[in-house]
Amino acid sequence: MNDKSSVDIVNVVNDYCTTITPVLFLFNQPPGGPGPAQLSPSLAAMSLQSSTPEALRVVNLLQERNLLPPTPVPAPTPCLPQDLQKINCNPEVFRCTLTSIPQTQSLLNKAKMPLGLLLHPFKDLSQLPVVTSSTIVRCRSCRTYINPFVSFLDQRRWKCNLCYRVNDVPEEFMYNPVSRSYGEPHKRPEVQNATIEFIAPSEYMLRPPQPAVYLFVLDVSHNAVETGYLNVFCQSLLDNINALPGDSRTKVGFITFDSTIHFYNLQEGLSQPQMLIVSDIEDIFLPTPDSLLVNLNECKELVQDLLKSLPTLFGKTMETQSALGSALQAAFKLLSPTGGRMSVFQTQLPNLGVGALQSREDPNQRASAKDIQHLSPATDFYKKLALDCSGQQVAVDLFLLSAQYCDLASLGCISRYSAGSVYYYPSYHHQHSPAQVERFQKDLKRYLTRKIGFEAVMRIRCTKGLSIHTFHGNFFVRSTDLLSLPNVNPDAGFAVQMSIEDNLDDMQVVSFQAALLYTSSKGERRIRVHTLCLPVVSSLSDIFSGADVQAMTGLLACMAVDRSVTASLSDARDAMTNAAIDSLTSYRQSVLTIQQPGLLAPACLRLFPLYILALLKQKAFRTGTSTRLDDRVFAMCQLKYQPLFYAMLMIHPALYRVDDLTDEGALNINERTIPQPRVLQLSVEKLSREGAFLMDTGTVMYLWIGRNCHPNFLTQVLGVPNYAAVPENLYLLPELDTAESQRTRAFVGWLRDQRPFYPSLHVIRDESQLKANFMQNMIEDRTASALSYYEFLLHLQQQISK
Amino acid sequence: MWRVLPSAVSTCYTGKSSHMSIIFQIIAFDELRTDFKNPIDQSNPTRARERILNIERICNLLRRLVVPEYSIHGLFCLMFMCAGEWVTLGLNIPLLFYHLWRFFHRPADGSEVMYDPVSVMNADILNYCQKESWCKLGFYLLSFFYYLYSMVYALVSF
Repeated sequence: MNDKSSVDIVNVVNDYCTTITPVLFLFNQPPGGPGPAQLSPSLAAMSLQSSTPEALRVVNLLQERNLLPPTPVPAPTPCLPQDLQKINCNPEVFRCTLTSIPQTQSLLNKAKMPLGLLLHPFKDLSQLPVVTSSTIVRCRSCRTYINPFVSFLDQRRWKCNLCYRVNDVPEEFMYNPVSRSYGEPHKRPEVQNATIEFIAPSEYMLRPPQPAVYLFVLDVSHNAVETGYLNVFCQSLLDNINALPGDSRTKVGFITFDSTIHFYNLQEGLSQPQMLIVSDIEDIFLPTPDSLLVNLNECKELVQDLLKSLPTLFGKTMETQSALGSALQAAFKLLSPTGGRMSVFQTQLPNLGVGALQSREDPNQRASAKDIQHLSPATDFYKKLALDCSGQQVAVDLFLLSAQYCDLASLGCISRYSAGSVYYYPSYHHQHSPAQVERFQKDLKRYLTRKIGFEAVMRIRCTKGLSIHTFHGNFFVRSTDLLSLPNVNPDAGFAVQMSIEDNLDDMQVVSFQAALLYTSSKGERRIRVHTLCLPVVSSLSDIFSGADVQAMTGLLACMAVDRSVTASLSDARDAMTNAAIDSLTSYRQSVLTIQQPGLLAPACLRLFPLYILALLKQKAFRTGTSTRLDDRVFAMCQLKYQPLFYAMLMIHPALYRVDDLTDEGALNINERTIPQPRVLQLSVEKLSREGAFLMDTGTVMYLWIGRNCHPNFLTQVLGVPNYAAVPENLYLLPELDTAESQRTRAFVGWLRDQRPFYPSLHVIRDESQLKANFMQNMIEDRTASALSYYEFLLHLQQQISK
Repeated sequence: MWRVLPSAVSTCYTGKSSHMSIIFQIIAFDELRTDFKNPIDQSNPTRARERILNIERICNLLRRLVVPEYSIHGLFCLMFMCAGEWVTLGLNIPLLFYHLWRFFHRPADGSEVMYDPVSVMNADILNYCQKESWCKLGFYLLSFFYYLYSMVYALVSF
């Protein structure tokens, strides 16, 4: 007992004296060095039983304060031989929670870590090998595409790495068109690249590939016109009308609705667009059989006329009701012959006709410390409609721009099961929230011009012995391994959970293959194939050394969202905390040879408690802090939909100090010097009144100015003489000609370029309204309703030593 | 004579209806699992609607069976209690609690009792439902023979 109290005193001293912690480090981490979860190639070549690799270095979380690496955390490298790892799939596309797969299910259960894959299959890639081939070589029994991890028994036969069947190499495959040599099938691009795209031959084209069809469904009630989104939308579409992905067959159409549904006849030959109003919303019908969806090239002028006149057409409207359900039904009828994409813009709760929703949120319950109600849909109308859409290859994207409660829990179903996406702009107003307007503009530009795939299906195969049992993301699961995606877009991420059905005893490696068959916007049928290969291990320490803490956090977030909806939010919160407790207990009991006091974790899992605490304080799962229900539901949707990289930014934002940017260690990209400040811990301890700090949360960036910030920064970067002159709603960095301004803008621009969506920037002072948002992201601090990081660690330690 | 009644009725019931519904459930899960045989058909966009309608149809049928099965089982437990057949009641109480738990833990959106078409094809849910059906089939079979035996016994000793 005395020992424990003395250890506690040491830990308390460590907590307050940051100056002496470097002395107490057991292993000093070099600044800017590689992430400790990454095994160097030389180690990878050695056997796995080498002396403590970096990933298994024991870390006492209660003693070491600075756990975050200075750069963003890299993905761990699987422990494979050099030649296999070189051609392995990019971790940004395909990632596994455990980069060393356990041999048996009982071993996985003992490790107490989730096993799953996180993929971003349609990501925009700068280098994508595309192969046109009359025959696509696939395994005869399991239909796996040939990939870099198959084994060639001799020149004529290859062994599938998923089902181990021996197949013949077809004659055409023996010739390599790239190097024009014969007899070396293993040099062909299909066997040299883990990510490859095939242009599918005609067997894969079972109906003529659908053209690109875009239908826009717009809310034109009084509320909608007040927000002014119509102006932005029409302008954006006019600007990008020539950049819509498609070919000469592309079609567009428009539907507007308030308490009635308005269709637009855009037939070629008309002098101006003709509006047709259908007021029978109970039994909606299409007023004319064709010319509501018109060929874009032929009728471009009419479309442009319509877009120019739409905002003024409804300028004086006094309609307050919104018949969204009927509008969606009408839009579905219009799109069902061809399939395509439906973009729905909604600014209020639908309150008329079929699919009308009630306001379920009780504002007094927002800060409830116990359970949150109404996270599941109120009606299955939108879910059923989404299924109908999915069957007709129609995807529905929802843009929600409202200030009031809109029941996103019910409305979001329309996108979730039809492979669409949800965009949310709370309190959007063209005058009162210019930052939202800018974000909406940039998001629309990306949305309209990004790559798109139609009538897609995706299948994920694994080596015999492994099986997939749960899918997470926006799609319809039509079979135990086949996902139906009416639209596939480059910003969607997916996650799956796996289990080990049969023991992987005699296998060295296992492989996973994700194959996405889609129709490109130019009418070509293409197949994008990603293959990942991972080693199989039989000891718990090897499993721990290969753990990918970010992938585990992402997968746990998806599982927690599911649990919140099916069971309750408090269940989900407990489950997340137990995940941390169980894995660290398992480490302590099974892997640690020397028992030391304190909260011990392997270096690869040292950030796990921090990420779990970040999840518990995330908008989606937090209790005790006032959170609007729509905000919460949207955060849950994003956790399931976003690819891991952006989800991690949302969960654990990156904090940088920007008032002292230097060129030291800067990157040189395109002749621009981009400074690389250190990533800081999310604690007010790291903030300083004399500095300015940038917090990057993925979709929003906050630039916090300290009260005594150096006037140099204020004048050179913000263009204001002193702190008091910093404007309230500043959301743009002025383009000044000073070196500091250039550095700051280069850094912010570089962060923005790394992601396809546009993060808005808010410059905030101490008195700003957004300061609360900024401070809520300070995860390591104590709040009225949540523990600080250190207290959370103590809680974990208490549970582990029970 | 009236002592025979509970056993006779329950024998008939377990022999026919619950068997039918459980066997139907087992067949239904097998049918759910089979997407089109041909992978070409599986990726054919025109077949997607057929597959979704199929899944929805099967889920609807499964859902319609749930409440009748639970309520009839509940009625029989009530009947056993009234008849004073404590042993039989004790054997059926666990299943009654399981039914109550399943009924009250269903997803809360509108008309769904369970067997949600959007999530039913996930392997963990499908496997769970299949295991549940097989276990119930075994239970009803055993209880059928038990009731048959007790009916014959009651008849003989009468």
